[in-house]
Amino acid sequence: MSFRRLFAIMLKELRQMRRDRITLAMIVGIPVMQLVLFGYAINFTLRDLDTAVADQAATAGSRAFVMDLQNTGVLRSVRDASTPQQLMEMLRRGEISVGVVIPPDFERRRVDGREAVQILVDGSDTSVQSAVAQLAQTPLDSAQYKQAPAPQISVVSFYNPERRAAINIVPGLIGIILTMTMVMFTAVSLVRERERGNMELLIATPVSSSELMIGKVLPFAGIGLIQTTLVLLLGAWLFEVPVRGALLDVYIASVLLILANLTLGLLISTKAQSQFQAMQMTFFVFLPSILLSGFMFPFAGMPKVIQWVAEVLPLTHFLRLIRGIMLRGAGIIELWPEVLALCLFTTVMMSAAILRFRKRLD
Amino acid sequence: MNDALAIRARGLTKRFKDLVAVNHVDLSVPKASVYGFLGPNGSGKTTTIRMLCGLMTPTEGEIEVLGLHLPKEAEALRRRIGYMTQKFSLFEDLTVRENLEFLAAVQDMPPAQARTRIDELIQQYHFADREKQLAGTMSGGQKQRLALAGAVIHSPELLFLDEPTSAVDPESRRDFWEKLFELADGGTTILVSTHYMDEAERCHRLAILDRGVLVADGSPAELTGAIAGRTLAVHSNTPRRARRALMEAPGVISAAQVGNTLRVLTAENGGVIDRLSKVLTDAGLHGEITVSEPNLEDVFVSATRGKQAAATTQEAA
Repeated sequence: MSFRRLFAIMLKELRQMRRDRITLAMIVGIPVMQLVLFGYAINFTLRDLDTAVADQAATAGSRAFVMDLQNTGVLRSVRDASTPQQLMEMLRRGEISVGVVIPPDFERRRVDGREAVQILVDGSDTSVQSAVAQLAQTPLDSAQYKQAPAPQISVVSFYNPERRAAINIVPGLIGIILTMTMVMFTAVSLVRERERGNMELLIATPVSSSELMIGKVLPFAGIGLIQTTLVLLLGAWLFEVPVRGALLDVYIASVLLILANLTLGLLISTKAQSQFQAMQMTFFVFLPSILLSGFMFPFAGMPKVIQWVAEVLPLTHFLRLIRGIMLRGAGIIELWPEVLALCLFTTVMMSAAILRFRKRLD
Repeated sequence: MNDALAIRARGLTKRFKDLVAVNHVDLSVPKASVYGFLGPNGSGKTTTIRMLCGLMTPTEGEIEVLGLHLPKEAEALRRRIGYMTQKFSLFEDLTVRENLEFLAAVQDMPPAQARTRIDELIQQYHFADREKQLAGTMSGGQKQRLALAGAVIHSPELLFLDEPTSAVDPESRRDFWEKLFELADGGTTILVSTHYMDEAERCHRLAILDRGVLVADGSPAELTGAIAGRTLAVHSNTPRRARRALMEAPGVISAAQVGNTLRVLTAENGGVIDRLSKVLTDAGLHGEITVSEPNLEDVFVSATRGKQAAATTQEAA
């Protein structure tokens, strides 16, 4: 390993990057765009579901109940209906997600303690379904609030008592952004040299495989840290996302993920025949990362087999690390299994990439 | 190995699945000479060069370059050779100086030495006014000069050039060859592939490849000397009809029209003029036949023996 050669490759990469406007734009553009999109758009607490009410009772009590439902904020009345059949049609046409049926004998049913209201819901979206299921808890008579028995189980929520989605999403976004950009940058890097004909020049020189690989990875690691900083700053500024653990730990965790992703990208690059193929393979990694890592859906809910798959993805381990450090104030040492997993991943990928890369054309 | 040889290859063969790209080629390239590889596209020139500089593993055969056995000692060879690829392979998004800096560093030259060498090359290769220009924005001739400067930055003992002048105007080609002879005078061995006959004529020695087979090798004088008396000029006022008649005659390899003259290549050189005159008279045609000086094109056509090659020559004419 010659540091002169290693440095030459890093310098070349940086100089090329400086002249590549799209890459430069991606370095800053992707973190900002993703943070704003995910931070503002993704909200797991549903509000204002389109609703129609068929109030066949039309009593003071039924009207009060409809008001109570609307006051929860979950429903927003957009259409009127007079029969359950009309509600069913509106549901099918997609005009409403929720239909409320209040039968003519509402008052009598309420007194008898029988089912007095039926809520029809478009259950094809499970999150709509569970939001509406909560409505079943609404008392039929607001006066009953006072009589409601005290719950026997109390739930104490730590770390995000205000239930703000951004708190959970922003630390994860560091991982998503790093996975997306880092894998892509290195995945196309070797292929690009091959496509442009530079590879034949490179392999005819004394440059070794490891010098070439490490020289290509390190400049991007620097870029990754810039992106991490950007997300942390914007997260704190726009969404007041706290860093409860040590800032150094956040950066160590990020470096671990950056290296894991860069080496994975390199491996893709030794395999891909064209830049387009490299992009396709990147998406092959990116999609499971988003879906299975626990970023979108809780890890605990996944079938065992899928969990095994998810354990292979670097993002899964990073999410546990970063959420632990940023939100729960954990130290990186306490989370050592995740650190180990990421180091292992990097070692395997880097070795495979160096072994796979041949200084030959055949 | 003979110390006077830079490259020695025996039975060099490369197969890609069913295709035999290079077929049992034997080569001996003397040191400090300009050795040419002449052959049409697809004749195996590039594949042979790639095997000789250790970028490809031969399917069969032995290679010894600068006393090193390939492919085993390919890594040690890389410090001692320069390779200029057929396609421009320097970085188009780096400047002239940045490209040279990169190559110097990659060759492990100490920074101070690298700076002196780069300054020297920039002067020698006329880049003084454009050392900050991006390589991608330069003309074909400039790119080719830069590629040569890059290939010789570490003063290699042996230089491989794969069709270096294919995208270059005639004047740049002439300058380029001047540079090559300067290098050869300085003791560098140069192996250069080309499909230009005039360039082949400048080489000290050359090898002619056709469909992966080495069909002739020697100095240009030896090669043309070997076919002396077999090239004839036929002056006729009906050259196209004369050509048709002559092509039918036994022993005629090719007959190419150049203006109103036919350039005829025959298989033997004994009494051909009389025989061909008779062919023309029998066909009711008039023609005056003289012996003409053979050139490398005739050598090439004769070596590849192709009526097909003759047809392309005629089109070109």
